[in-house]
Amino acid sequence: MTGGRAAGRTGGRMLALAVLLSVSPTVLLSAQDTTAGKKVYVKWCAGCHGESGAGDGPAADAMLPRPRNFTGAVYKIRTTASGQLPTDADLMRAIDEGLPASAMPAWKGRLSDAERRDVAAYVKTFSAFFSDTSQHIVPLKFASAPGGGSGAAALKTGRLFYDSIGCRKCHGDQGRGDGPSANTLKDDAGFPIFAADLHQSWRFRGGASVEDIYRRLRTGLDGTPMPSFSDLIDQKFLTDEELWRLAQYVRSLSPAQPPDVRDVVHAPQIAGAVPASPNDSTWARVDRYWFPLVGQVIRKPRWFAPAVAGVWVQAVHDGKTVALRVSWDDRTQSPDTSWLAFEQRVLETMANDDSIAPKAAPWPDQLAVQFPRHLSEGMERPYFLMGSATDPVYQWRWTSQPARVVAGLGRGLEQFDTLPAAPAGQAAYDHGEWRVVFTRALATPDTGNEVQLAPGRAIPMAFFAWDGSSGEHGSRMAVSTWYFLALDRPTSPTVFVSPVIAMVVTLGLGMLVIARAQRRAAGV
Amino acid sequence: MHKQLGLVGALAITVAAGGCGGGGQERAGAESAAAGSTAVAQAAEAPAAPGAQGGATITGKIKFTGKAPANPAIDMSEEPKCKAKYTSTPHEEIVVVNPNGTLANVFVYVKSGLPANATYPTPATPVEIDQDGCHYKPHVLGIMVGQTLAIKNADGILHNIKAKGVKNRPFNISQPTTMTSNRTFTAAEVMVPLECNVHGWMHAWLGVLPHPFYAVSGTDGSFTIKGLPAGTYTIEAWHEKYGTQTATVTVTGSETKTADFSFAAK
Repeated sequence: MTGGRAAGRTGGRMLALAVLLSVSPTVLLSAQDTTAGKKVYVKWCAGCHGESGAGDGPAADAMLPRPRNFTGAVYKIRTTASGQLPTDADLMRAIDEGLPASAMPAWKGRLSDAERRDVAAYVKTFSAFFSDTSQHIVPLKFASAPGGGSGAAALKTGRLFYDSIGCRKCHGDQGRGDGPSANTLKDDAGFPIFAADLHQSWRFRGGASVEDIYRRLRTGLDGTPMPSFSDLIDQKFLTDEELWRLAQYVRSLSPAQPPDVRDVVHAPQIAGAVPASPNDSTWARVDRYWFPLVGQVIRKPRWFAPAVAGVWVQAVHDGKTVALRVSWDDRTQSPDTSWLAFEQRVLETMANDDSIAPKAAPWPDQLAVQFPRHLSEGMERPYFLMGSATDPVYQWRWTSQPARVVAGLGRGLEQFDTLPAAPAGQAAYDHGEWRVVFTRALATPDTGNEVQLAPGRAIPMAFFAWDGSSGEHGSRMAVSTWYFLALDRPTSPTVFVSPVIAMVVTLGLGMLVIARAQRRAAGV
Repeated sequence: MHKQLGLVGALAITVAAGGCGGGGQERAGAESAAAGSTAVAQAAEAPAAPGAQGGATITGKIKFTGKAPANPAIDMSEEPKCKAKYTSTPHEEIVVVNPNGTLANVFVYVKSGLPANATYPTPATPVEIDQDGCHYKPHVLGIMVGQTLAIKNADGILHNIKAKGVKNRPFNISQPTTMTSNRTFTAAEVMVPLECNVHGWMHAWLGVLPHPFYAVSGTDGSFTIKGLPAGTYTIEAWHEKYGTQTATVTVTGSETKTADFSFAAK
């Protein structure tokens, strides 16, 4: 109650709420100190969520998704039925663990246990719903373990329900958020919202486990177009086990573990010609490397809503030619005029630091792979953001329209000088995924401008991606930092023979020792 | 009493299912208003004269002036089952002007003037809304606090129904097949928007009130609120595009007073 009394400074309403909170038997956080919570909130939360909790802090318009507006008490990630308030544990989970692929970080470890509980209690004071004792807050009962199994038959059942209950309408046939309704989606505040790309479970706001996915299907994500499917179980349209299988199927679309970011792409040397086609079966046998991309926020106009979360990169060479395949999820095959209205909403939602407001236009999709012009002995590399006037970079640039690859020199964001020679390029778009293969001779005549590739060298490499249907072009793009490409040398036969020799020698020596010991024992 | 309410509800269902749209809803609203007011006389023991069982009536027309804007056409090519229900291109129902120059889908209700402590029994019969031809039927409807909203899906294809109330808790439920979901509302709110996110053009508006004195203008642009106790009322007319207008009406006994509203094209 000391909290309630001290809160009197901030007005009678706060006092009343604090009292209501503390007398409500259903509220776990009732004893928390909302005055202390306010201090934490003002210092750490208000920058995004706003002083009044309306999700309108100074940083909010550089975020998509936007920070939560606490005044309506509508929360996406809950264990309660659609429309119910979240439990205190639900709120604490969001605070403790953060919300992946959003600006909300995990606060566990940054704030003390008491601070986190206090701020959760304070956040609840932004909505009168939390002090309304007639509100039901009942976590749905979930089976303790996933049902239905994860074998092929279970996944097939899951896929059947994926189709029959209409997941594909928003999430698309292959789950990359490219369904026919995807370009109309808005959240409750009217902001554009993307149907989740189900191939990137590590970016799911509510967690990547099968249990998390099952909960989202049961509870829906309030404030978004994602509905609850609980009524279907209540009405026996599907069984609980079938919903588990659907969750298993959705989970199966993503890698079992979130992708590690490894610095070096290893390109094995293969016999025969390198695969020039993006759908060549060779690619299925080559390791793929994940490189996350972030919005370009260094130079104006900045871009805070990069559509491409990252790229998968594979490479092979045959001693003369390298083939590099870059694959990434993009819900639109731009230019796509059916997405223009959505694009306009994205541009209007995001902060703009350009002198003129950007207008939606049918931009193409683009990808750039960047190298230095020369491999240096040391670690110095050109400026990662497309080089500079004095130290340009060498780039391969692919565009979806016109469908072509060019090579050129980047002299900073403003200047790109096309070179006469370009790598060969082939692209394929399939259900929300681009796959682009670049092939080029390791050695080229223009040694002054084009990087000369050689096995055994660390070749700096960086990536840039644009989704035209998100209004991305120019400096509004997704960028990576420098990584490396390494063309592996052919594996020498000694690599395979040496361990065998070592084993034989070890075995022989061991036998010798044993025989000698036995002889000695026999001699006694 | 319950039987009477049941009959009224049945009438509402019949009318709504018959596809009369707003017109049917207007009658249903007025009828349930009559039933509700009878209930108040008994339940709240209001000092009503024996002859005032029927109470007073407020009726009127919603006129419309100017040129009606065109409603956006709907591309239903993604939903062949819905598309097949139309012989010509379907349109949204943002502004529906009747042949007689009146405006349909206006929610008219008693905003204030009822006795402060009066309570009104919650009708046992649900209010129905159907998803038919990828349209909500009806487009505008009223419901009492605590009364069941029965959400039907005649289309049998995936719809989600999302209620975006502010005073009521929101909800968002999936209906991928022919089924009925029931929900209730806990607080008065004019209006709770309903929408489908699979079909971005599908919108409906739900007026939630603690009393039964509401109606929706129909195909002739008229509304009727029956069974009012004597008093002076603020009547509000709400339209999704043209906003609200109010009128003050005083009634006594079982008289009928007229309150016309007029909305102008913007």
